[in-house]
Amino acid sequence: MQEVFNIFIKSIFIDNMVFAYFLGMCSYLAVSKTVKTSVGLGLAVIFVLGITVPVDYLLNEYILKAGALVWLDASLIDADLSFLSFILFIAIIASMVQLVEMIVEKFSPALYASLGIFLPLIAVNCAILGGSLFMQEREYQNIAEATSFGLGSGVGWFLAIVGIAAIREKIRYSNVPPALRGLGITFIITGLMGIAFMSFLGIKL
Amino acid sequence: MSTEEREPLFSPKNMKLIKNPINLSNPITVQVLGICSALAVTAKLMPAIVMSISVLVVMAASNVVISLLRNGIPPRIRIIVQLVVIATMVILVDQVLKAFVYDVSKQLSVFVGLIITNCIIMGRLEAFAMANKPWPAFLDGIGNALGYGIILIIIAFFRELLGSGTLFDIQVIPQGLYDFGYVNNGLMILPPMALITVGVIIWVQRYYTRELIEDN
Repeated sequence: MQEVFNIFIKSIFIDNMVFAYFLGMCSYLAVSKTVKTSVGLGLAVIFVLGITVPVDYLLNEYILKAGALVWLDASLIDADLSFLSFILFIAIIASMVQLVEMIVEKFSPALYASLGIFLPLIAVNCAILGGSLFMQEREYQNIAEATSFGLGSGVGWFLAIVGIAAIREKIRYSNVPPALRGLGITFIITGLMGIAFMSFLGIKL
Repeated sequence: MSTEEREPLFSPKNMKLIKNPINLSNPITVQVLGICSALAVTAKLMPAIVMSISVLVVMAASNVVISLLRNGIPPRIRIIVQLVVIATMVILVDQVLKAFVYDVSKQLSVFVGLIITNCIIMGRLEAFAMANKPWPAFLDGIGNALGYGIILIIIAFFRELLGSGTLFDIQVIPQGLYDFGYVNNGLMILPPMALITVGVIIWVQRYYTRELIEDN
């Protein structure tokens, strides 16, 4: 249980998707103009990561890993399908996003209206595929750990995008050198936020 | 085919497809695409170059494939078709890297896989390959991948030179300088400095290319 909690905290602060691995930067830069929209996108990312990482974990554990097919037939002990993982993961992500979109639309029109346009965008957000690939690489022990890693990464991404959106709303009132305006200063602020987040590195979990 | 006049392979219009993305519509500094998988691999020059070449191959190949298929893809499922084509190319590249440059492939870790969701590739497929013939699509792919690669290599050059004092793992800063009290800037190796380096590159580029400056 403690291990699960540790992974959650670690993936929020220490291995933050944006500041430590630059994942999901495209939508991070494009959608962070106002706090309201970035809260919407951030929630959608938490939601989708929390679903796709455990699903991809099961896929990896029972189909893709070397010797994973042994539950089907003992002669398949040598089968290693891990080279297929990219294409299967992205297929799972695309279909999960589609599914989530339909479910949300059916059961919670209010949430759908606020997340609406962001959900399809998420299929090509690198943070989602990155979450699954890191899960595969780090070999989590059970599905609870994989789920808490997925949720934690989502929360970390949410914090990052809401933080930068708040700063960008305020920076409109400052006098930035013309050539740095917009994109340039956003990169530099993200870098500085990343350095701030690095102070969490000292925490041993 | 024989009746219509064929334009030369390297007509000025086609050359523009290669030249524009290098500066005026650079994928990283102007279109803000493909940053995701770009920055994490730039602490050293070697992985950055391998990454640029991989992106170049994937991009040119998938642009051509999509451009050949463009009239047969139903618009409703085009995203899935594009993802499948890109993912296939990336698997090929990944297997080649694992076979021939295993060390670099280990360093790149998940970032080779992340070429699939690299927004430049999807973006160019959507914006260009779906509406153009294979040859211009091929050039467009090459041009955008070059624009991406150049930025990657510039960042990696400065980060490796200032951070470790080496280039391609060969010592460049003379030993005499270290004896004199010169110290490598360890900060350059850390991930956040890649972002700040990109910020500075954007600053320099926009200073010289005034029309790119934004309003706020």
